[in-house]
Amino acid sequence: MNVDYLMPYVPVAVLLGIALFLALLLPILSVSLGPKRPHFRKMQPYESGMTAVGKAQRRYPVKFYRVAVLFILFDIDIILIMPWAVALRDLGLFGLGAVMIFIAIFIIGDLWAWKKGLLEWD
Amino acid sequence: MEFQAPAINIAIILPVVIVAGFGLVLMILDMLMEDELRGLGPWISLGGLVLAGLQTIALWLGGSYETFIPVGGHPMVVVDGYAHFFNMLFIITGILAILMSMPYLIKADIDEKAEYYMLLMFSISGMMLMGMANDLLLIFIGLELLSIPLYVMCGIARPREASEESAMKYFLLGAFASGFLVFGLALLYGATGSTALPVVVENFTAGGVIAYTGLAMQLVGLAFKVGAVPFHMWTPDVYEGAPTAVTAFMSVGAKVGGFAAMIRILAEAVPQESAPIWTTAIAIIAAATLILGNVVAISQTNIKRMLAYSSIAHGGYILMAVAALPFSGDAVSASLTYMLTYMFTNLGAFAVIMMVEKSGNRGVLLEDYKGLSKRNLGMALILAYFMFSLIGMPLTGGFIGKFVVFQAAIDANLIWLTIIGVVTAAVSAYYYLRVVFYMFMFDGQGDLEFSPAMMTATTVALVATLAIGFFPGLWLNLARTASLASQLLMAGG
Repeated sequence: MNVDYLMPYVPVAVLLGIALFLALLLPILSVSLGPKRPHFRKMQPYESGMTAVGKAQRRYPVKFYRVAVLFILFDIDIILIMPWAVALRDLGLFGLGAVMIFIAIFIIGDLWAWKKGLLEWD
Repeated sequence: MEFQAPAINIAIILPVVIVAGFGLVLMILDMLMEDELRGLGPWISLGGLVLAGLQTIALWLGGSYETFIPVGGHPMVVVDGYAHFFNMLFIITGILAILMSMPYLIKADIDEKAEYYMLLMFSISGMMLMGMANDLLLIFIGLELLSIPLYVMCGIARPREASEESAMKYFLLGAFASGFLVFGLALLYGATGSTALPVVVENFTAGGVIAYTGLAMQLVGLAFKVGAVPFHMWTPDVYEGAPTAVTAFMSVGAKVGGFAAMIRILAEAVPQESAPIWTTAIAIIAAATLILGNVVAISQTNIKRMLAYSSIAHGGYILMAVAALPFSGDAVSASLTYMLTYMFTNLGAFAVIMMVEKSGNRGVLLEDYKGLSKRNLGMALILAYFMFSLIGMPLTGGFIGKFVVFQAAIDANLIWLTIIGVVTAAVSAYYYLRVVFYMFMFDGQGDLEFSPAMMTATTVALVATLAIGFFPGLWLNLARTASLASQLLMAGG
């Protein structure tokens, strides 16, 4: 087994170990040694800040998720078309054809989503 | 650097292109057509699958091909006997699933018809890609193309809560498992410098512990898809909540797809000298899968849940053959035979279950099978035959599958695993025969709903299971020609 190329990372591992040790030690010390005098204000999510208006786990409209999903689709679209655009001249007709097929499939999906009312907010 | 286009021959991947293309056609039709014409959806998809099947047969007769070859590189797609065999398996699964879905969707009041068949077609194209992929990246794309439509199909009985829950569980856990698969891919790429299987196998040993970690993570991702213990947790809930037609499709398609990629990776991307390490891991997973699947199935009262555990157990039998891969020349053909018999038997059993099921997800408890022989003797006999085949009784397809798998395991000197396999097969007789007992030893009343499409699917599954049971030689030879060339070399030399 070849471990030589892992050697430069030994200091990183040591640092990680010390960091982990301290990160665990300090909270444990603070929890076990520190004084505890809880009361209502102290137990609120934002101590000496805004008063909480409700729970964090609320129901909110699924519309936001639909937009998020559409965003991911267009995002991936850009990620795949961008490299082609950069290497446009080198790739020539082959690249153009490949990208056109990709965009055609993508457009069918877009039209379908549009027809299904995915782009309407209300 | 001058770019040179890879050598591409579309005719070779035409089966996948046809299936995915018909999925797109369904999408366009769904946009343009009026509601009345959407009933055409299942027929169009059936037509597409038959076309793809014909092209697969034509290619199969011609031998094996390679395509998408980058200049100076290795092909991304290899369409050999192995891929042809899996393509046919997936196309038949698709055809039977569509035949079963047509009456079932009406019975279950699921109205999103065109979407359903569109998703089914995309899922099948993903499965086919997994069988022919010769590159880790393509395997990943195939897996996602297989999985994402399945997530949606599980939830298509919306607003039934069980269906939504099953879709959500499958999606969250499936996405997590895909993460493992991609991480494994990245590690293998880092360790070996390529994602092409022939290059991975060359540099695997030099990759050392990183290559092994990558392989292990790839196996975790695929073991999730095939529902192997300890990655089986999602199976019972998802199978129970999903519409039964989707459960039937998923229990065969997703599982066989996962094994198609797993066997290809283990046989072609991992060198022979590392075999003792991964076969031990696979053998232990297989033993755990066999024991858990068969034992927990005993305590189930819902037949879909029972078949979910049974399908976990069947995954265990296939894993036995996978563990025998480097030591037995017949291991690949054994697993292919097992998957063939499992496909027909399981789909047939699900077809009968769909006929007994009533709308609103009722009629799926074991209690509902009491007195089925009095209600309809023919259906009870057919279901009993499928149950015998799932146990592995002689003169059924299941027997042939179990026989060749045990033989491969013995060839590979995995005696302890074979003993576990035989004992758990005996245990499985208890819960399969309980269904038969309920059907024949009680009184019952009420008619079953028949439909021509469902009857066709049941008949095809029954005839195929009978044919494999009574004339095994033909199918064994077929599976043997479909075996991987590199695997035969490995076991022989």
